[in-house]
Amino acid sequence: MTMNKNSNIYQIVYSSILVVLVGAVLAVIYMTLKPMQDENIANDKRKQILSALHVTCDNDADVKEKYEKYIVADILADETDEAGHPKAQERGAAFDVDMAANMKLEADKRKLPMFEAKMDDGTTKYVIPVYGAGLWGPIWGYVALNDDGNTVYGTNFSHQGETPGLGARITEQEFQDKFNGKQLIKEGAFKSVEVVKKGQKPSNGGDYVDAITGATITSRGVSDMLAKCLEPYKKFLGGISEEKTTESTNKDVKEE
Amino acid sequence: MISKKNKSALFNPLSQENPVLVQILGICSALAVTANLGPALVMGLSVIVVLAFSNVIISLMRKTIPTTIRIIVQLVVVAALVIIVQQFLIAFSYDVSKQLSVFVGLIITNCILMGRLEAFALNNRPWPSFLDGVGNGLGYTIVLAIVAFFRELLGSGTLLGFQVVPQWCYEHGYENNGLMILPPMALITLACIIWVHRSRNAELQEK
Repeated sequence: MTMNKNSNIYQIVYSSILVVLVGAVLAVIYMTLKPMQDENIANDKRKQILSALHVTCDNDADVKEKYEKYIVADILADETDEAGHPKAQERGAAFDVDMAANMKLEADKRKLPMFEAKMDDGTTKYVIPVYGAGLWGPIWGYVALNDDGNTVYGTNFSHQGETPGLGARITEQEFQDKFNGKQLIKEGAFKSVEVVKKGQKPSNGGDYVDAITGATITSRGVSDMLAKCLEPYKKFLGGISEEKTTESTNKDVKEE
Repeated sequence: MISKKNKSALFNPLSQENPVLVQILGICSALAVTANLGPALVMGLSVIVVLAFSNVIISLMRKTIPTTIRIIVQLVVVAALVIIVQQFLIAFSYDVSKQLSVFVGLIITNCILMGRLEAFALNNRPWPSFLDGVGNGLGYTIVLAIVAFFRELLGSGTLLGFQVVPQWCYEHGYENNGLMILPPMALITLACIIWVHRSRNAELQEK
């Protein structure tokens, strides 16, 4: 039987079958691979958090193991008890916060996730996730702070589609290391760490790092992201830095 | 299996019928992914895979495809393959998928694919179509690699992420050429490659 390949009915039937078939194949592939993809994405997130703490990992199993070892608690900084301390949260409470959706909410409805880490030398670090916009798409990252709630211990930045060789260089260790030791709070006021053009200084007198040459908008994106995402934590950060100072003064008194 | 015709399907696109240098197709991605060598190579590999398999599938379907809607049918096949590649990359090679990000999706718009499907797969049997796909993909990859080699070397002083230009050069005032990273220099580099290629292949020169 020969069919007229250019008749309307043949075309409609042909394209319908093709589309349904392709759709079904894609759906099956998507569903089979989804668990593995989710695992990869979660693991990548763990890796980024650890990288902000200067912990490097060899493989996926290593990432999981080290994450369990170093990250001791999930904190939501805005959910406090009567004494003003953050309530104890279930494991994963901060990890499961979708930062992209979280940042779309109005400022007072946002959750403030952070992670408490215990390093090998016994010091406590706090890791705060940040999320913002670069030139072509979202950029995000993690900022690790010392237990004074002020000094940056390490950072990790990622992006979706910044220009390779320009904006994409925010993922380079060299750029990320520039933030180490910078302070968020100066003279009792939250100043963030600004990313400014080489040779310039921010007007508010806060700490700053040099921007990436040729990637003005991505650099400004990092700067804005840090200011916008870290600012809501200032109450909590101020809290831990005060505790720290009282602790150390008490110690001094005892020693005397 | 390897007749003379099949051989030419595989090897001609490397130089004489190179899709980028001679047919001037796929220029857009040659600009976009060649700032660094690594992503350029993975992009080339992805194009080889997608091109070879879409060529085979379209060749298998060629007798049933209504001529009036053949472009749409080709697009559906290419888009499906690209999504499959993307999903597999996310599931099994997450770091590579992160590096390539949007570029894999852009394979759909690569003119080389539609060009080969129209010009070759619709009129040939699956095996030659497969070879033609691999050949054209390789031809594309070679050009991408050459462009990316010069751009990464001169623009960042590295190759595949490793520093190649020694540190003492920087200490004596050598600076990376930031212009090499920007798209215009990809176009100029590509033009230089075409120039060299034409001058060595007299039969390709337009009179």
